[in-house]
Amino acid sequence: MNTATITGPLPLDQLLVEQYHNAFDMITLNDTPRLKALREQHFNEFLQQGFPDSSQEKWRFSEIEDLLGMPFHHELQPKPTNKNLEELFRCEVHNFNTEIVSVLNGWFHDKNGGLQITREGVIIGSFKSAMEKHPALFEKYYGLIAHNTNNSFVSINTALVQDGVFIYVPDGVEASKTLQIIKLIDHSENHFVQNRNLIILGKNSKLSLMHCDDSINQHTSLVNTVTEIFVGENAVFELYKLQNLNDQSGLVNSTFIKQEANSNVKTNTLTFNCGMIRNNIQVALDGKGAHADVLGLYLMDKQQHVDNQIRILHNQPHCTSNELFKGILDDEATAVFNGYIYVARDAQKTNAYQNNNNILLKPTATINTMPFLEIYADDVKCSHGATIGQLDQEAMFYLRQRGISAANARLLLMYAFAADIINNINIEPLRNRIDDMVKKRLRGELSVCEKCVLHCGMPEKEIHFDIDLSKI
Amino acid sequence: MNILNELYEFTADFAICHITQKETEMLLNIKNLHVAIDGKEIIKGLNLGVNKGEVHAIMGPNGTGKSTLAAAITGREGYEITEGEIWYKGINIVEMDPDARANEGIFLSFQYPVEIPGVSMTNFMRTAINAKREYLNQAPISAGDFLKLMEEKKNLVEIHSKLTNRSVNEGFSGGEKKRNEIFQMAMLEPTLAILDETDSGLDIDALKVVAKGVNTLRSEDNAFVIITHYQRLLDYIVPDFVHVLYDGKIVKTGGKNLALELEAKGYEWIKENQLV
Repeated sequence: MNTATITGPLPLDQLLVEQYHNAFDMITLNDTPRLKALREQHFNEFLQQGFPDSSQEKWRFSEIEDLLGMPFHHELQPKPTNKNLEELFRCEVHNFNTEIVSVLNGWFHDKNGGLQITREGVIIGSFKSAMEKHPALFEKYYGLIAHNTNNSFVSINTALVQDGVFIYVPDGVEASKTLQIIKLIDHSENHFVQNRNLIILGKNSKLSLMHCDDSINQHTSLVNTVTEIFVGENAVFELYKLQNLNDQSGLVNSTFIKQEANSNVKTNTLTFNCGMIRNNIQVALDGKGAHADVLGLYLMDKQQHVDNQIRILHNQPHCTSNELFKGILDDEATAVFNGYIYVARDAQKTNAYQNNNNILLKPTATINTMPFLEIYADDVKCSHGATIGQLDQEAMFYLRQRGISAANARLLLMYAFAADIINNINIEPLRNRIDDMVKKRLRGELSVCEKCVLHCGMPEKEIHFDIDLSKI
Repeated sequence: MNILNELYEFTADFAICHITQKETEMLLNIKNLHVAIDGKEIIKGLNLGVNKGEVHAIMGPNGTGKSTLAAAITGREGYEITEGEIWYKGINIVEMDPDARANEGIFLSFQYPVEIPGVSMTNFMRTAINAKREYLNQAPISAGDFLKLMEEKKNLVEIHSKLTNRSVNEGFSGGEKKRNEIFQMAMLEPTLAILDETDSGLDIDALKVVAKGVNTLRSEDNAFVIITHYQRLLDYIVPDFVHVLYDGKIVKTGGKNLALELEAKGYEWIKENQLV
């Protein structure tokens, strides 16, 4: 068998193809026949398509070629680490009691050996252990909704992926604690990292999940995560994605959600820092009365780039969706928002709302925002809107006339703009924490390099400007 | 006496206008002010002196430069001062930032208060108060003192709703917005308050509340400039001087009775006088 890591001057796509051929037996060692076939199918798709580039319509404004052209390593097995992982992953969100799932460089960090069942009955484990111990569940759901729609990152993930997180919330189980997946990238070399998550919520169950992507060094990494989420009838699911990686790194995050009748899903994608981020979010409303809130906030500066590709599929009648993405772009930052809403022919009484609001702080910042509605039913309510603007000059003068400096008035207005999204966070300690992070980000004080964002053990810099008065 | 003041006195010797010692001690002294918006001259050589303890009313028909004057004094962007000086506490403030002017004690009650969704009233007020305290090298206000101050001033202008969870002016009725302006004025305790048509759109009860607020704050250490169309507000806030602004200049100055005369004769009377 080949060594776990192949290094060399090979371009990333060739490296991955070679790894697939050379290490196929190792990669598929634990696979069921269906999983193995799925890998082969997706591998062939990848062989045909290769990585996307900006000549493709869906990647037109996201030049991922430069990043893909970097030399990368890719591990097929975890490397032993001598770091204190308990310390590394300790979460310091105050009053925020979470179950933590740790993923280091793409590898599930197993604290308890195999699958873990919480007191309330939620099953959490690695991709591998789920395959071994819950083959029926795995077979029933895995790979069903993660398709390659203009996104061959899904294919290469399905073909080669070795690890990730598996969560199963059985029927009727309501998880009281928020589950937190902390994914850290800590490598001394440039790494391509793949992850695959499978999350299943049974009928009448409830789960809130926080998914944090962080880097703790300044090396280039490219993370390719695919997450499939099945939300059963009447189930309630909240997903908070925190993205805070260094300026050299890239993140391609593809999330597929399938909702059954009367289920309620809220996703909130909070992008604070990263060289290049592509979020593909697809929500399929596959049961009557399902509701989805798909929200996002991006605060980018320097030459950072964020691309949110949102697909909401109204496949059944009487479903509602609410999409709101807000962004503040500074310097030469660029952003893309592509909001696709599909309403199937029989999906009557659909109510779909989409909005994308942007503030460009400098004329050098760019946003490309594109709503795209495809409606085949006749009794529907769909609305969409996009705004691009600067900070309101009337409001600026009003604040300054009350003695507030130009810099602080700007901060207040930017914070107010972001508040819509922050106020939508239902978990109070998390909301306070995010609130704090947004303020720090807007002040340019949020660090990504030395410590992970949830590790901000650094004492708060003393500042005169306190914009949080909710506590008095 | 600061250097600016000395410089002023020096240049004043060569100026045509006659400067007395009293004038340099004025709180606000506007000399030959010309203001243009997009190159169009709106204020055309205005002179106005305001001493501490005085209330001045500025009246005049629409489009004569009343709001432009307020914008020029408070330093709003886009209002170009092409000629003249605005002396405040002995300093020519023409080049001063709007926030610095505010922290020096100049307050504007806006004709159209701006709605700022997402910024709570409490947050806004504490930020403003602390900005002023920082400017004056004072420690930030404590949460307890701040709350007490808020309650006291809310009562003054009869705001009964909880402001903590309300965004600045968002969803406020016209009357509430104006009372909110007076509330902010009470919180910030300015030395020079300019009220730009605070009475417009107010019913008589709200008008009385606004007037009560102003009269309570009125003292020997501050001054008010009240811009209004109508004499009505001046029944409740009695001015020491009434000026008539017409075509970018003050064309007539008198006592409180001038307001009554204007009310009786209308602005046509001024226009006719101007034509003569």
